[in-house]
Amino acid sequence: MTINTNPFIVPLADIPLFDYPEFFAKVNELMADEGCHCVTYHAVPLGAALRFFCCIATDHKKDFVLLSHEQAAPPIPVLDSLTVSHPSFHLYEREISELYGVEFTGHPWLKPVRLHNQEAGSRKQKAESGIIHPAFRIPYPFFSIEGEGIHEVGVGPIHAGIIEPGYFRFSCNGEKVLHLEIQLGFQHRGMEALFLEKNTGIQRAVLAESIAGDTAAGHSLTHAQLLETLAGITPVKALQIERIIALELERIAVHIGDTAALCTDIGYQFGQVVNEALRTIVINTTQSWCGNRFGKGLVRTGGSHYPLGGGFIKLLLLNLKEVEERYLQITHEMFTNPSVLSRFEGIGKVSARQAGMIGAVGMAARSSGVKRDIRWSHPFQAFTDIVYEPVTLHQGDVWARAMLRKQEVEKSILLIRDLLTGKDFEREPARPVYELNLRPSSFALSLAEGWRGEIMHSAVTDPHGKIIHYKIKDPSFHNWMALALAVRNQEISDFPLCNKSYNLSYCGHDL
Amino acid sequence: MTGTLLAIVSAIFFPGIILRVKSIASGRKGPGLLQPWKNIILLFRKSSVFSTTTSFIFRLAPAVYLATICCALMLLPFPGMPSAFGFEGDFILFAYLLALGKLLFILGALDTGSSFEGMGANREALYSMLTEPAFFILLGTLSLLSGQLSIQGIFSHFQFAGQFSLIAGAISIYLLVQIAMIENSRMPVDDPKTHLELTMVHEVMVLDYSGVDLALIQTGTNLKFVLYGGLIANFFMPANSDWLPLTAAIQGSPFTVHLMAALLNVSIFMAVQAMFAAAIGLMESFRARKKLAKNPQFIVTLSSIALIAFILVLLLTRNLIR
Repeated sequence: MTINTNPFIVPLADIPLFDYPEFFAKVNELMADEGCHCVTYHAVPLGAALRFFCCIATDHKKDFVLLSHEQAAPPIPVLDSLTVSHPSFHLYEREISELYGVEFTGHPWLKPVRLHNQEAGSRKQKAESGIIHPAFRIPYPFFSIEGEGIHEVGVGPIHAGIIEPGYFRFSCNGEKVLHLEIQLGFQHRGMEALFLEKNTGIQRAVLAESIAGDTAAGHSLTHAQLLETLAGITPVKALQIERIIALELERIAVHIGDTAALCTDIGYQFGQVVNEALRTIVINTTQSWCGNRFGKGLVRTGGSHYPLGGGFIKLLLLNLKEVEERYLQITHEMFTNPSVLSRFEGIGKVSARQAGMIGAVGMAARSSGVKRDIRWSHPFQAFTDIVYEPVTLHQGDVWARAMLRKQEVEKSILLIRDLLTGKDFEREPARPVYELNLRPSSFALSLAEGWRGEIMHSAVTDPHGKIIHYKIKDPSFHNWMALALAVRNQEISDFPLCNKSYNLSYCGHDL
Repeated sequence: MTGTLLAIVSAIFFPGIILRVKSIASGRKGPGLLQPWKNIILLFRKSSVFSTTTSFIFRLAPAVYLATICCALMLLPFPGMPSAFGFEGDFILFAYLLALGKLLFILGALDTGSSFEGMGANREALYSMLTEPAFFILLGTLSLLSGQLSIQGIFSHFQFAGQFSLIAGAISIYLLVQIAMIENSRMPVDDPKTHLELTMVHEVMVLDYSGVDLALIQTGTNLKFVLYGGLIANFFMPANSDWLPLTAAIQGSPFTVHLMAALLNVSIFMAVQAMFAAAIGLMESFRARKKLAKNPQFIVTLSSIALIAFILVLLLTRNLIR
C-alpha cells in the first residue's frame, strides 16, 4: 500500500500481507528503481507468528510503500535472502536473524550486528534453544585476507580519544588498507526493549533523547512525532516551527563541531580553535533556550515547556548572524589553504553507486551525489509548508563531506531566519501531554532528517492501545558501511580523517 | 664546552616557548614557560611500567637515546671556545650518534610487538634514512666551502657576519630547520599533538613508555631541538675578533673586550634559540600536516636542495670547472 504522509499510521489489518515469494518479487521490483531506499525491514512477534514489515521510500514520488509477510515461528523460518540482489538489506536481515534466528539462504555476510558481546550464558542458552544462528557463535567471524605481506591491525574497542567503543580490524598491505571490518555492539543498552519497559510518556521522552547523545533533538522529534500520530494529535504550527528550529540548531552546532574536528585530525590548529569557539556560541544559544546545551527537554509530545519568546528570538538571530559571519570567514580560510586541501581532496572516496548499494542516508549519501534528504522527499512538521532543496555534492571524498557541512550550516541559518520572520509566536503556551491514548492494533512510522541523516522510529500497538514493539533506526546503522568502503585502498593513516568526516554514532547503531 | 652548556640552558625555555606561541596563536593564554619541564620532573618521580612482552632492549632504549643526544651536544661549537671533544670529521660522529639513539628507539618500539608501534617504527626508519643524505650533503658543502673537517672548524670559519655566501647560508638554515623538524617528529611530517595512533610517527613509539623512561625520552627530544638550534645559531655568531670594532669603543683591558664579545655572542645564541622555538610554534599553528604518503617526497626534496647548494659551492670554489 502507498502512503504519502510522514509520519503515518496504518491499522494492522489494512497492511497487505504477501506470500514470501510474492513479497520477494515486489521488493525486488521496487528496489530496482534507484530513487528508492528501504526505510525499515524488521520483524515483530505477533502471537505465534513473526510479522515482517518492510517500508520502502520512493524519494522522487515522495511516498512510502508498506509491505509485509508473515511466517510461523517456530519452526525457524528459512527465507531467500534479499541481500543477494540488494546489498542494502544485509543489515536488516542480519538483525532479524540475530534476534529471531531466521535463516536467510544465500546471505553473503551473515554476522552478528550487535549481540556478539552478550554474556556467554545467555548466548549459550539462545544457541541451545536454536534461536541463535550458528554463524553468530563466538568468536566473531572476521573476514581475513591471506597472503605474503598482508598484516592485520586491530584498533579498539577502547580508543585513545574520548570516543565510544568500537573495534576496527584492518587488513593491510604495508600502509595500504585492503579491507576494514567494523565490529560494533559494545554500547548495546537494549534501547528498543526499554521503550516497552518504561511506559510513561516522560520516561520515553527522556529515553529518546539518549538514543544518541549528539542527536537529542533529532531523536526526540522523531519520537514525539510518532506518539502524536499514534494518538491522533496534530501539533500547532508554532510548535512545529519551534521543533524545526531545534533540529536545525543541532545541525548547525554539530556540523561546526565536526569542521573543527576535521581540522584537529589534520593538525590544522587555526581552523580547530576558531570552529570550536563558534560551536560553543551555538550550543550556548540552545542552552539559553531550554537550559540544556544539547537541546534535551526541548521536544515533547503535544506541547513544549519552552515556547519561543521575543527575547530569545532576538538573541537567536543575533548569535546566528555572528556565527554565520565568522564561520564563512574561517571556512574560506580553510578551503583555500593548500595544505588543508591536500589532505581533504580525493581521500576516502565513496561513489554514488556504492552509496546507493549500501543504502547510505543523509550526509553520507548527499556527499556522494545521492539526493536523499527527508526534509525534501518526505517533509515533516513545518517542512510541509516550505520547499527545501537539499545540498548535494558528487565528489564523495573528505572534501565533499567537509564542504557539505559548510553549505548545510549556511542553509540552516537561512532557514531559521526565514521561519522566524513574520511569524507570530505569541500564543497560549501548550504544555506537553504525557498521557496519550494510542490507537489500538496499528503500525506507525515516523521519519526525520537529523544532522547525520534519516532517523526512523516505528511502533506497533496491541488491541488495547499499548505499544508492543518499538523499532529505532539511527542513520549510523547504514553509514558505517560507507566508512568501511571509504578507506579501501587508502593509507591506514587516513582512516581517522575518514572516520571523522562521517562522525558516526556508536550508541545510535548499538541501541 | 660553552655551546653545550648554553644549549642546555636554552632547553629550559625551548619547549615552553613553542607551547606558548601555539597557545597565543590559537587565542589562548597558554601555560607557563616552565610547564613542559614541570611535567617531565613529575614523570621522573614516577616508576615505569613494562609490558611483559618486552625484553631488555625496550628498557635500554630511552637511556641510550638520551645518552647519544648528550654526546652529540658535546660537539656543539661556539665562537672562540673549543667544543668538548671536536676532531677532524666529527660531523660524521654527530650524525651517527643521533642515528644510534634512533636505532635503539626503533628496536625498542618493535620489541613491544604492537602493530601500531611497528608501523611507527617503520615510518621513523624510512624518514631517518631519507633525511641522512640531506644532512651529509649539507655539511659536505659547508666543509668544502670552509676547507675544514670538524664542526668547530666549519662554523668558526663561516658566519653571516664574516666572509660567507648569503645564498649558501640561507639554504643551510632552511635545511637545518626542516631537518630538525623531521628529526624531532614535528609538523609538517608528524603531529606531536595528535591522539590518533594510526597517524602517529614518533608518538606511537613512545606509547608503551611510562614514568622515568618517558621522562628520559622527553628530555632527549627537548635537547635534540636545542642541538639543531645551536647549529643554526652558529651561523649568526661572528668570531670574537669580528666584534672588535664595536667592543673597542668600550675602553678597557683586552679581557673586558673579549668578555663583552663573548656576552654579545651568548645573547645572540639565546635569541636565535628563542626565535627558532617561536618559528616552530608559528609553523605548527597555521597549516595542516602533510599526508603521510607525501612525506618521503618532501624529505627527498630536502636532499635535492642540499645538492643544489653543493653544486653552487663547487662552482664558487671553482672545483667543478677549473
